Amino acid sequence: MKILVCISKTPDTTAKIAFTDNNTKFNEAGVQFIINPYDEWYALVRALELKETVGADVHLVTVGGADCDPIIRKALALGGDESFRINAESADSFYVASQIAAFAKDKQYDIIFTGKETIDYNGSVIGGMVAELLALPFVSIAAKFDLSGTVATINREIEGGEEICEVSLPVVVSCQKGMAEARIPNMRGIMAARTKPLTVVEPVATETLTSVVSFELPPAKAGVKLISADNVDELVKLLHEEAKVI
Amino acid sequence: MSILIFADQAQGKIKKSALEAVQYGAKVAEQLGTTATALVLGPVESAELETLGYYGAQKVLHASDARLHEVETTVYTKIIAEAAGKEGSKVIIFPSNFDGKALAPRLSARLKAGLVAGAISYPDTSNGFVVKKNVFSGKAFANVNITSEVKIIAIMPNTFAISAGTNKATVEAFTPAINDADFKVKVIRTETVSGEVPLTEAEIIVSGGRGMKGPENWGMLEDLAKALGAATASSRPVADAGWRPHHEHVGQTGLTVRPNLYVAIGISGAIQHLAGVNGSKVIVVINKDPEAPFFKAADYGIVGDAFDVVPKLTEAVKKYKQQ
Ligand SMILES: Cc1cc2nc3c(=O)[nH]c(=O)nc-3n(C[C@H](O)[C@H](O)[C@H](O)COP(=O)(O)OP(=O)(O)OC[C@H]3O[C@@H](n4cnc5c(N)ncnc54)[C@H](O)[C@@H]3O)c2cc1C
Ligand SMILES: Nc1ncnc2c1ncn2[C@@H]1O[C@H](COP(=O)(O)O)[C@@H](O)[C@H]1O
Repeated sequence: MKILVCISKTPDTTAKIAFTDNNTKFNEAGVQFIINPYDEWYALVRALELKETVGADVHLVTVGGADCDPIIRKALALGGDESFRINAESADSFYVASQIAAFAKDKQYDIIFTGKETIDYNGSVIGGMVAELLALPFVSIAAKFDLSGTVATINREIEGGEEICEVSLPVVVSCQKGMAEARIPNMRGIMAARTKPLTVVEPVATETLTSVVSFELPPAKAGVKLISADNVDELVKLLHEEAKVI
Repeated sequence: MSILIFADQAQGKIKKSALEAVQYGAKVAEQLGTTATALVLGPVESAELETLGYYGAQKVLHASDARLHEVETTVYTKIIAEAAGKEGSKVIIFPSNFDGKALAPRLSARLKAGLVAGAISYPDTSNGFVVKKNVFSGKAFANVNITSEVKIIAIMPNTFAISAGTNKATVEAFTPAINDADFKVKVIRTETVSGEVPLTEAEIIVSGGRGMKGPENWGMLEDLAKALGAATASSRPVADAGWRPHHEHVGQTGLTVRPNLYVAIGISGAIQHLAGVNGSKVIVVINKDPEAPFFKAADYGIVGDAFDVVPKLTEAVKKYKQQ
């Protein structure tokens, strides 16, 4: 079995969000970068669990510049077997998905896992696009993935619950919480990662369909109005008369 | 050309987020001087279909095929593409709910149509076709220009308020070209908490954190939620500890919600929690620690012990509701 895990680099969840160049670029100064949490905790770890239980080659792919290498090394340290970096800046979602699809096309992956979404762009779109470009079935925002031979049983989140579905491999799945228990790399993994292959692949020519014109920060909050714990009636009144939400 | 709006249903009922998409689509149609067509897939009563007109749709295309009861992305994408072709649609609208997230990206790749997912504004056509979306988990916005000829917008639920008019839509039966082999993913069963409003659609949410001490104390939050007509949610450690079901956890790794009112009780307000709730219109924080970071993101706050404040608040809400 061959599994491809799509890995992206994102700012740490506590990073200060600021912009430069006339609000057109994210300000990376002092920002720590991590593997996008959904990609690491759920997509990658579930792939590793499958490797341990049913046997699989786990490949990692990322679209990005050399600054992504530390991220890929960490994913290798967690237990990925081989990694590929498509050497291009991620211009837009369609561009990234096209690169991943072109890379995966002739490689007969049984499963392609992505994260539910990146915590910087919040697209939640790459998985669906890759599935369409490869004409594969797609299950979005999965909280559970089990295999029996070549048939996968997947829990997909829907409003207020889950849908339990069945699909024959190959399949593209975007992963969220519930898929697996997060792991931390151990020393042996970190040592082994140094010698695991990280292959740089040149991008294919593709168009972009969108472009970010500018970023904005939300307007600052006016500040909290504190109400005494002995005066809850006042809160109810404010919510009704001032905030008009009840 | 007509604007095409994908209006999804669950158990034969059109979702609230789909109605929001219909009204959004109708406004865009007005903006661009054209009409709005809603597309509904799967069995839905015709009386309900007509009422999409109340939200601005002139026409409803309905494929009643029972096999379309649940979303199957390969088939649905094929059908939506066919409908878009039939209507000559250059702009296609989805709700950015779970179905929209499953479908809009597929359609985008199929039609090579640029997609803005999680949109929070109408398109600005003064210089291109620019739509605002949430980025950095609600900590910033991006203005995104869609440069392709066909454009797709998936709108953030609970962002565009809806109001119903009185015009009914014309309902047209639609028989797309599909066959059994197109159905790749089979739904075996659905597990939903019946009778509850899904969190992503709830207008008021009462949420509890580790400050609640244990699952046995949730009755207090449920009473307040009941008095307010609210849904309940939790912070992540609460779900991790198994105090509350996972589908109630909000934040960076959980659900993103945008209710009118979010009441946070015994939650510290960590940045990862705020990421899922900072789109709420009004935030009330109840916390015994005046230094809790959540107060910085709140509109109203009470510094106090939840075990004392919450029952009092519930009574005050009940009293107010009776008046
Ligand atoms: C990558 C990443 C992703 C994460 N994703 C999420 C996420 O999606 N959602 C999420 O919630 N967290 C998430 N977290 C965890 C987050 O950082 C916090 O640890 C978590 O939100 C804290 O939960 P809490 O506020 O319930 O608990 P605590 O931080 O323990 O806070 C409890 C609060 O209750 C108050 N309190 C205690 N007793 C009382 C009382 N009797 N009355 C009133 N107040 C009381 C305390 O003053 C305190 O402020 C994530 C973390 C990381 C690193
Ligand atoms: N540059 C990238 N390289 C590889 N995978 C990516 C990249 N960007 C996004 N992905 C994958 O697609 C998922 C969804 O991303 P997005 O659609 O941008 O929210 C992520 O969780 C990753 O698994």
